[in-house]
Amino acid sequence: MNRRIAVAALIIAICGLNGCANKSPAAPMASVVPAASIAKTDAAPAFAPPSEKKIPDGPLGDVIRRGRDIFIDTPARAKAYVGNGLSCSNCHLDAGRLAKSAPLWGAYGMYPQYRKKTGEVNTFGERLQGCFLYSMNGKAPALDSAELVALETYAWWMSQGAPVGVKLAGAGYPKLADPALKIDYSRGQTVYEKNCALCHGSDGQGQQVAGRNVFPPLWGPQSFNWGAGMHQVGNAAGFIKANMPLSRGGTLNDRDAWDVAMFMDAHERPQDPRFTGNVADTRHKFHDTPDSLYGVSINGHLLGEPTAQKSAYR
Amino acid sequence: MISTARVIGMGMVAIVALLVMVQARASDADSIVHQGNGKGAPPCLACHGANGEGQAASGNPRLAGLDAAYLRKQLEDFTNSSRTSPVMQSTASALTADERNALAVYYSKLPIPSSSTVPPTDQDAGGELATRGHWSQQIPGCVQCHGPAGTGVGANFPPLAGQPAIYIEAQLKAWQHGTRHNDPLQLMQHLSASLSEQDIHDVASWFAAQSAVAKGATP
Ligand code: HEC
Ligand code: HEC
Ligand code: HEC
Ligand code: HEC
Repeated sequence: MNRRIAVAALIIAICGLNGCANKSPAAPMASVVPAASIAKTDAAPAFAPPSEKKIPDGPLGDVIRRGRDIFIDTPARAKAYVGNGLSCSNCHLDAGRLAKSAPLWGAYGMYPQYRKKTGEVNTFGERLQGCFLYSMNGKAPALDSAELVALETYAWWMSQGAPVGVKLAGAGYPKLADPALKIDYSRGQTVYEKNCALCHGSDGQGQQVAGRNVFPPLWGPQSFNWGAGMHQVGNAAGFIKANMPLSRGGTLNDRDAWDVAMFMDAHERPQDPRFTGNVADTRHKFHDTPDSLYGVSINGHLLGEPTAQKSAYR
Repeated sequence: MISTARVIGMGMVAIVALLVMVQARASDADSIVHQGNGKGAPPCLACHGANGEGQAASGNPRLAGLDAAYLRKQLEDFTNSSRTSPVMQSTASALTADERNALAVYYSKLPIPSSSTVPPTDQDAGGELATRGHWSQQIPGCVQCHGPAGTGVGANFPPLAGQPAIYIEAQLKAWQHGTRHNDPLQLMQHLSASLSEQDIHDVASWFAAQSAVAKGATP
């Protein structure tokens, strides 16, 4: 601890002398570690990704830009691997740069990682494959495919100067405190009508112009599937609290965020690709947590049941 | 017992009456546009152009092809002062609710003028704010709500493409000053507050130079 304080003091001193000029050898560190936060507490260090204008020219820059373009317009640029109308940037805002919306710079340095979901150590590339399979309701591109290489290169570029294996402030989605009151579907519906329907529609199907999403669907056949991270109520509540309504993130209270997340995740969506043929069995294997409503009966409808699935899409 | 034939007959009469009413309303709108309503509402074309195309030089907005529900809401907002403009407040208040509705429908059906005549300026800064936003200030790209190239989305998100730059600037400032506060979820009031004078100028001239006709292009 003392040693850390000393490092922090040193950084302050260097910044004071140099004005944190780029040529200073300590500069990359300084941009990663705000002296104040580390001196006071063990809080996670902050990080700011480089400006997009700094993407280099030349072949490396071309691949970085390609990765960015896939990230913000996935259905058009990685068509073969996408089964819905979503783009990565619908859930990782500002092209994957925004803190508290699971930014790429918060993820890149945390892989390889053991993941409970797969029961294995996964590389960053394998993590991206999962996004295509579940969030995009599509197919996983091969690890050496041009698409995956471009996305990985974009994430690497954005993370330059970030420490490896250190959880940064603003990484992932915020974890809200457990709901103080029982999560309530009909309260969630009221919150939805008031704060979300304007853009995502009362039917949750978003709004499209010329066949493309302007406002993405939150459930139904064109949304993320039952295996995606956003179907877990805790992830959704954290994302919504920090980022929705668009441009008014942080205005909902925790209770509203929990209730509306539950309301959203209590609607039908495409089947989990790991479906074993039986809803109860699939729930038992992959969704055995109160965080998932898969295989739970809501308003007389068993969520995830294939025969009921189609008729429930609305 | 009323006979089936009579019921059908009454139904027919009702339908014909309805058709006549709709007809009357459309021609009402047409005459108000050209001559005013004789009760204080001036002819709209004097300021909004013969085809609802607006007047760039005076900053009068285009109405042609805007969503009917959006136009109706704006006319109502002028009457309840959640949106202020001396000329439009007095105009909208001189119209009946039926007339406002008929005018909204009338303008929504006019064809969108095909192209903008304004030369593009400030492409870089304005275009970046419009398409990518200033997320450090919680400002998404304008097109994320106003649709690809600002051509508008549904009843709640009006088009910005091809609107006069003077008009766009004036609206952003009206939100900053609170003289327009009719926006759902206070979306525009909130994000306008963080825009600088320069941002407003850049983004307004960028949208003014975009074609008002949706291309179905990438956002
Ligand atoms: C429907 C919303 C959604 C979409 C679309 C989506 N993701 Fe995600 N993503 C999530 C959620 C939820 C998580 C889990 C975050 C957590 O556990 O904190 C996540 C996690 C990630 C992570 C790991 C983050 C970390 O901090 O470990 C990466 C990397 C990622 N997504 C990349 C992508 C890419 C690339 C795409 C497009 C191919 C994509 N995502 C599309 C919702 C989405
Ligand atoms: C002003 C319009 C607007 C409002 C209001 C709004 N959203 Fe969104 N929402 C968006 C847009 C646009 C995106 C995609 C963001 C992007 O691409 O940058 C989005 C993305 C999302 C996503 C991730 C993508 C997906 O399809 O799953 C979720 C979940 C979501 N919104 C939930 C909500 C909830 C819940 C509310 C109400 C509390 C809400 N939104 C209110 C515009 C809005
Ligand atoms: C003397 C000029 C003038 C006349 C006549 C006039 N308008 Fe306007 N109108 C304006 C101006 C200026 C604005 C912009 C007001 C502001 O700054 O908010 C406007 C705005 C509007 C708007 C809001 C548009 C938007 O995009 O939000 C509507 C709708 C409208 N007028 C309808 C009408 C109708 C219908 C008539 C005829 C009954 C009419 N106007 C007559 C000058 C005029
Ligand atoms: C989060 C969604 C959202 C974003 C982002 C957004 N707007 Fe809007 N904007 C709206 C809504 C909703 C309205 C309609 C308000 C009303 O009903 O009167 C509107 C209306 C407007 C109008 C008035 C149009 C007219 O015809 O009167 C202007 C001008 C405008 N916005 C400019 C911008 C600019 C410039 C940006 C980007 C800096 C932007 N908006 C970003 C939601 C948004």
